[in-house]
Amino acid sequence: MSLHPRRRPGAGFHVLTIAWLTAVWVALWGELSIANVLAGLAVALLVVRSLPMPSIDFHGRVRPVGLVRLAWHFVRDLVVASVQVAWLALTGRRPRSAVIRVRLRSHSDLYLTLTAQLCSLIPGSVVVEAHRHDGVLYVHLLDVADADVAVAHADVLAIEERVLRALGSDDELRDAGLEVGR
Amino acid sequence: MSVLLDVLAAGCLIAGSALAFAAGLGLLRFPDLLARSHAATKPQVLGLLLMLLGLALRLRSGPAIWMLVLVALFQMVTAPVAAHMVTRAGYRTGKVDPSSLVVDELTDDLRAAEREVGGSSQGPSPRS
Repeated sequence: MSLHPRRRPGAGFHVLTIAWLTAVWVALWGELSIANVLAGLAVALLVVRSLPMPSIDFHGRVRPVGLVRLAWHFVRDLVVASVQVAWLALTGRRPRSAVIRVRLRSHSDLYLTLTAQLCSLIPGSVVVEAHRHDGVLYVHLLDVADADVAVAHADVLAIEERVLRALGSDDELRDAGLEVGR
Repeated sequence: MSVLLDVLAAGCLIAGSALAFAAGLGLLRFPDLLARSHAATKPQVLGLLLMLLGLALRLRSGPAIWMLVLVALFQMVTAPVAAHMVTRAGYRTGKVDPSSLVVDELTDDLRAAEREVGGSSQGPSPRS
C-alpha cells in the first residue's frame, strides 16, 4: 500500500514516460537497433514500476509562439547572466547580495517548478526556498543595489508570465490575472 | 565547409573553457555559500553547453550528437535543483549570514512565522 494515494499516475502519462526513457536509453547506447529498443523498453518498464512518480497536473496547452519566445529569452538571459557572473569572478569585487520574496500568480506545481528552474539559470538569481502552497519563491540575487530589487522582482514575474504564455490554458492565464490572446 | 565548422568548434571550446574557468574562480573568490551557488549554476552551465556545441560541430555524427543533447538537457535540469538544495540547506543550518544581505525577506518571514506560533522554535530558523 502506498502512503501517497495521489501518486498514481494516469495511463497516458505512463506511456509518455516509457517512451521518453526508452529514447534516452537508445541515445545513450548511440545506436538505433531492435535489441537496444527492447532493452530500453524493459528498463523503462522496470523504472516506471519500481519508482512511481507523482503525476503532473497539466491542464494547459502548448503554444508554439510562446515556447519560442520563452526559449529565446532563456538563451539570451543565460548568456547575459553567465557573462555577468564570470566578469564578477574575474574582477574579484565583493558582490552585495539580497534575498527577496516573490509571490507567483499561478497556482500550479508545474509552473512553479518551471519558473524556479528558469530563475536559477537566468538573471542573477538562485531560488533559496519555495513554498508550493502559497506559490512563493524566495530568490537570492547576486550583486544588487537597492534599486535593483524591484527590477528583479518584476523579472521573476516576467519569467512566470512567459512560462504561462507558452504552456498555460486561457483559464489559467485569466486565473493569473494575465491578458488572454496576446 | 569543414574548415569553417572546425573553426566554429574551436571557438566554442575556447569560450566554454573560459567560462568554466571563470566559474571555478567564482567558487574560490565569492564570499559566501549563496554567492558561490551562482558561480556553480550560470557560467558553468553555459560553459558546458558551449563545450558540447563545440564537440557536436567537430564530431558531426548522429549518435554522438544525441548523447551530447542528453548531457545538455540533464545538466540544465539538475544544476538549478542542486543549487537550490545546497542554498536551502545552507539557509536552514545557519550557514548564511543575514547581515551580509542588503535585503533579506526570507529571514523576515521566518521570524514572523516564529512569532505567530508563539515564539516556540517550530522548525528550523536561521541564526542571526
